[in-house]
Amino acid sequence: MARALINVPAKARKGEIVEIKTMLQHPMETGFRPGPDGRLYPRDIVKRFVCTYDGETVFSADLFPAISANPFLSFTTRATASGVLTFSWTDDKDQTQVQTARIEVE
Amino acid sequence: MTRARPMHALSALARAALLCAPLLCASGAAAQIAPQARKSGAAFMSPQTQAMQADDSSNPGMLAALEGESLWGQKAGAANLACADCHQNAETSMKGAAARHPRFDEGAGKPVDLQGQVNSCRQTRQQAQPFPYESRELLALVAYVGLQSRGLPVAPPDDPRLAPFVENGRALFHRRIGQLNFACAQCHDENWGRRLGSALIPQGHANAYPIYRLEWQDMGSLQRRLRNCMNGVRAEPYSLGSLEFIELELYLAERAKGMPVETPGVRP
Repeated sequence: MARALINVPAKARKGEIVEIKTMLQHPMETGFRPGPDGRLYPRDIVKRFVCTYDGETVFSADLFPAISANPFLSFTTRATASGVLTFSWTDDKDQTQVQTARIEVE
Repeated sequence: MTRARPMHALSALARAALLCAPLLCASGAAAQIAPQARKSGAAFMSPQTQAMQADDSSNPGMLAALEGESLWGQKAGAANLACADCHQNAETSMKGAAARHPRFDEGAGKPVDLQGQVNSCRQTRQQAQPFPYESRELLALVAYVGLQSRGLPVAPPDDPRLAPFVENGRALFHRRIGQLNFACAQCHDENWGRRLGSALIPQGHANAYPIYRLEWQDMGSLQRRLRNCMNGVRAEPYSLGSLEFIELELYLAERAKGMPVETPGVRP
């Protein structure tokens, strides 16, 4: 399992707009790069990222080969209620990594 | 007419000497960067890249440090020992360790850098296979140990046994190499702040290694970076872990003495 860095404010006021930052450890191999033997390294990228807030999707993205290794995504959402943010990354091998973070809303 | 020729040749020589004089002075004056004029490589980066390094949730080097943290506690080798079994908590035991490397290794009778030290622990204490240079595991452990020195000044040990190696490192730094016939000092002492192609030439201080280099899309050690420069001047690079590299690392540590450690750094 790859490592991920997730930055969610631990506490927020109700209605406040909070910034969420995520980074997943991933090579994002484009499929266009030749190895020492001249053959191309097979493509291996994160295709899809979804963030849900108490089950509701608040942000999602499709990723493409031009995106750097260890893709960093930052976005904002409105803090509505205390709950769990779920982050999931799906790669070319259709493996999904899921991570969660809790936010307390006062 | 025939007698005039030597005169003419002499005056040409004198003119050439006059032209050369200011050039020699300029290179003499810029030969070494004054301690207060030193700037970290981070100062030459775009504000975006600086911000990337400054924020731990956007610095990709922190992913390597996280991996190193888990390796620190992982048992390995025939001795079934983890780094943590001898050194306990890295946050206290490894504080400043990276800033003091390379250091003199009594057993080997020569200097050893942090990567060499990790591998020597692995072989003698854990009785495990050493990690290959530039392997993920080695870079991760070195990044994690390096992180414990972040903010502390680079502090090369004041050890007389190191002196000849530092001197060799200094000589290597000033030796012209490769088909382009360049020495490290010509770019990093004499022409820093100017451009080489589109890239700004930094002063070449090694205070942020291992780094996450955007061009590599990956972590890399100082030795990988030095090999890059050597390839750039079309010289044959020294092999990873060679004494020449350790000597260069020693001289660079001496050169960056007192500058704060930035590990894990981000560089363009």
